[in-house]
Amino acid sequence: MPVKVMIPSPLRPYAGKRDSAEFNAHTVGEALGHLTSEFGDLRKHLFTEDGKLRSFVNVYVNDEDIRYLAKEKTPTKDGDTISIIPSIAGGCI
Amino acid sequence: MATTVQPQTGTKPAAGLSNEEILRYSRHLIMPEVGMEGQLKLKNAKVLLIGTGGLGAPLGLYLAAAGVGKLGLVDFDVVDFTNLQRQVTFGTSDVGKPKSEAARARLANLNPDIQIQSFETQLTSANALELFKDFDVIVDGTDNFPTRYLVNDACILLKKPNVYGSIFRFEGQATVFGMPDGPCYRCLYPEPPPPGLVPSCAEGGVLGVLPGIVGSIQAMETIKLILGRGDNLIGRLLLFDALGMKFRELKLRKNPNCPVCGTHPTITKLIDYYEFCGVRGEEAPGPTVQVPEITPRELKARLDRGDDLFILDVREPHEYQICNLKGHLLPLGELTRRVHELDSSREIVAHCRSGKRSAEAVDFLRKAGFRKILNLKGGILAWSDEVDPSVPKY
Repeated sequence: MPVKVMIPSPLRPYAGKRDSAEFNAHTVGEALGHLTSEFGDLRKHLFTEDGKLRSFVNVYVNDEDIRYLAKEKTPTKDGDTISIIPSIAGGCI
Repeated sequence: MATTVQPQTGTKPAAGLSNEEILRYSRHLIMPEVGMEGQLKLKNAKVLLIGTGGLGAPLGLYLAAAGVGKLGLVDFDVVDFTNLQRQVTFGTSDVGKPKSEAARARLANLNPDIQIQSFETQLTSANALELFKDFDVIVDGTDNFPTRYLVNDACILLKKPNVYGSIFRFEGQATVFGMPDGPCYRCLYPEPPPPGLVPSCAEGGVLGVLPGIVGSIQAMETIKLILGRGDNLIGRLLLFDALGMKFRELKLRKNPNCPVCGTHPTITKLIDYYEFCGVRGEEAPGPTVQVPEITPRELKARLDRGDDLFILDVREPHEYQICNLKGHLLPLGELTRRVHELDSSREIVAHCRSGKRSAEAVDFLRKAGFRKILNLKGGILAWSDEVDPSVPKY
């Protein structure tokens, strides 16, 4: 069940400069687990020390926010796209 | 469904256009979607721009050109050379001038028929409500989290639309917050990231055209709100990737438990946003961790003395090409993986551009057991100022 995880540019330095990665996963949590095992440096940017998704990192399956689905237990199916959307503040004044 | 913004009451609305204005706005007037009715709505509209920099540049230029009757410009910053790569309101001769005033002069030249008010001040919890109250639409073109939360909360308290745009390197986000049934910034991000975890534009860089595109999207959304035409980005987060040249859209939902716009709000007045974001005023741009330091002059003296020091450069390879202190290049992002390249028995001086990333590197290495490690205070910027001005600053 390959799903595509989109890695936003602020986090790419911690993910081998990749912009996306594909994993076999049945839930969002499983896919993010694969992602952070492959790229260990990403873990602290996505999860708190007790393993919870950080509050300033939003995760979407396709165009839906997982907070309004089943959070990390949200099921994924073949071809789904998981997007990690961190807060960015830039406007460069 | 189109959403119309009601103009603020108090001043008498303009009832018509002069012949000169009719000529100026002719390409609007001949479109049925704008027409005389829409152009008068623009003329009677009052829009406040928070920030006149990268996003503020296209915003100011297009909103002034479109005939928005009153523009407020809030910025406390001064134009510097590094701004000119993207902040197209300013010219080289504006370097050193206050941004709000330089932008006012440029926009007044573009459209003398509109009223432009510059506020050379930092937006704070003490002045935000007073500044916002006379405007119909607030446009957020700032560059930091405390101001973004402040703009959001003030807009919710005053029930004003907040046209949001944000950029990082080659990606942008835009949406419209603060509409009665729509979500707000806190529904999207209840809390900001801790300082230092997300790089700023000054650290991460930004492709110069990107704020032009995202700011133009904000300008378009602002004009649509005023005209009451089309579908606004309410409840939709537009993501733009300039490298892939792709637009995507995510659904944004109003969070019923949102502390500011939810059904039982706990934030009913403006708070201390620096405290909320974990940064304290002047300390904000400095290193986020306290580590042992060496000043550029001390380092120079020790190198001249022939001390055996290992210079560790934690910047990126493309930064090394701009200028370097002939150090060993090991980017911060690769440090955990490549820590074995370093010899903990030697004395190490870590540096980056400003001293912030290298402070993180020193903190990490100290926790990894390195004892003889110092951070070059102020980085290459300070080295250029205090030791060797031939090293370019960037």
